[in-house]
Amino acid sequence: MSYGPKPWLQRHWDVRAATNFTLGGTGAGLLVATALATVAAPGWKPALAVGLALIAAGLGAVWLEIGRKLRAVHVFFNPWTSWMTRESFAALVVFALGALALALGHPSIAQADGIAALFFVYCQGRILHASKGIPAWRTAGITPLIMATGLAEGSGLYMLLTAGGGETRAPLLLFVLAIVARAFAWRGYRANLGKGAPLRALEPSAKWLLNVGTLAPLVVLLLGYFVAPQFAPAAVMLAAAAALVTGWHFKFTLVTRAAFNQGFALPRLPVRGGR
Amino acid sequence: MTRWVMIADLRRCVGCQTCTAACKHTNATPPEVQWRRVLDMEVGEYPQVQRAFVPVGCMHCADPPCMHVCPSTATRQRADGIVTIDYDLCIGCAYCAVACPYQARYKTDEPSFAYGAPMPSEQQQYDPRRIGVATKCTFCSDRIDAGLEGGLKPGVDPEATPACVNSCIAKALHFGDVEDPASNVSQLLAENQFFRMHEELGTEPGFYYLWDRAR
Repeated sequence: MSYGPKPWLQRHWDVRAATNFTLGGTGAGLLVATALATVAAPGWKPALAVGLALIAAGLGAVWLEIGRKLRAVHVFFNPWTSWMTRESFAALVVFALGALALALGHPSIAQADGIAALFFVYCQGRILHASKGIPAWRTAGITPLIMATGLAEGSGLYMLLTAGGGETRAPLLLFVLAIVARAFAWRGYRANLGKGAPLRALEPSAKWLLNVGTLAPLVVLLLGYFVAPQFAPAAVMLAAAAALVTGWHFKFTLVTRAAFNQGFALPRLPVRGGR
Repeated sequence: MTRWVMIADLRRCVGCQTCTAACKHTNATPPEVQWRRVLDMEVGEYPQVQRAFVPVGCMHCADPPCMHVCPSTATRQRADGIVTIDYDLCIGCAYCAVACPYQARYKTDEPSFAYGAPMPSEQQQYDPRRIGVATKCTFCSDRIDAGLEGGLKPGVDPEATPACVNSCIAKALHFGDVEDPASNVSQLLAENQFFRMHEELGTEPGFYYLWDRAR
């Protein structure tokens, strides 16, 4: 292994870590969408259960990546400064409230769970932001981007899950707001990207995110609701699927392909012969 | 207060990698793990090209991002500035590795040896606690602590000084207490111009690079 001064792709976090950001973010977004849906109608339990399962699957994927699996409980030891610890505590609260909501069937508990899920996905953004070794992650714009992506995916998945019925107005509104916010968050993130960030990896994925994951869903939804209402349910599903898939692709790219370190740099060169 | 720091004089380093070998020998790091590395950097464009050999490793930052992100509190900072890892606490999540701007951290998931089966020296120094956890340069803190107990001065007495510094054939590497104005490192910093790697990140590395004499 010969590492030079130029940036190279980190290999410590691979697809397993990326899975936590995709499934965990989507699960959290789904719980937020479910919390909004509970205000208007019953029948939210399956979506809530899927949200919890997605977060659990994401954390399970990370668990597969850690070197000392039997010590996983140590992840709770540093709530003072570590966003990974805070994410773990947030997950505990999400699971506890989610289980209670499922057991008791009380919408207010599901709504509280949505707030906890929002904090969970916020922690995910802060986890990346605190990674000072990776220019594509440490920029301040990463947290709103991760949050908006999670909400877009989660609300999209909610609409896919409730295609056969259920409350969709509030989640649909969340979905539209989230994909628009995601596009703006990308713009903000892109503008703040420092030197050394791998745009060659990020920009193709971002194009999909903007064109297929944002513009296309908006157009399809407009057509579905205002031009051909008979196709509105299909339009919603198509838009949701596009936002979901492009969001996952972007986050996989961000974690696995754009995660270059910044290498080494000499601000001054040695002046030899003077001593 | 004491703050141990290391200095690399870029004018003196010849890139012989003796420090790397000394570190591996002392700390028994497995293949592909180099707590002390020397980069061979070529800077500039023809015909204005310069070559520099740059020792790197854990910078023992005053504000270490690896410590802040560590979820298990395995990474800590001693009062003397040395950043440590408790192998019994570390879960091997590698969050510290992606938080370190100096690529100084390693994680080895399986035991590995230079020639397949362990040589006697490797067998003797093999530490199963290092498998599946983060590892990095310790500034040879065990040598420092033992030396101090014996009344020795780190950076001056070889028995109390990191192995890489002891081994340097060009006297490019130095070690000492930067809080002591009379120390070897304080004097070197006063007499020379220096920089620290990626200072813009605010980590306040405890590793200085000398590049010219003071003007």
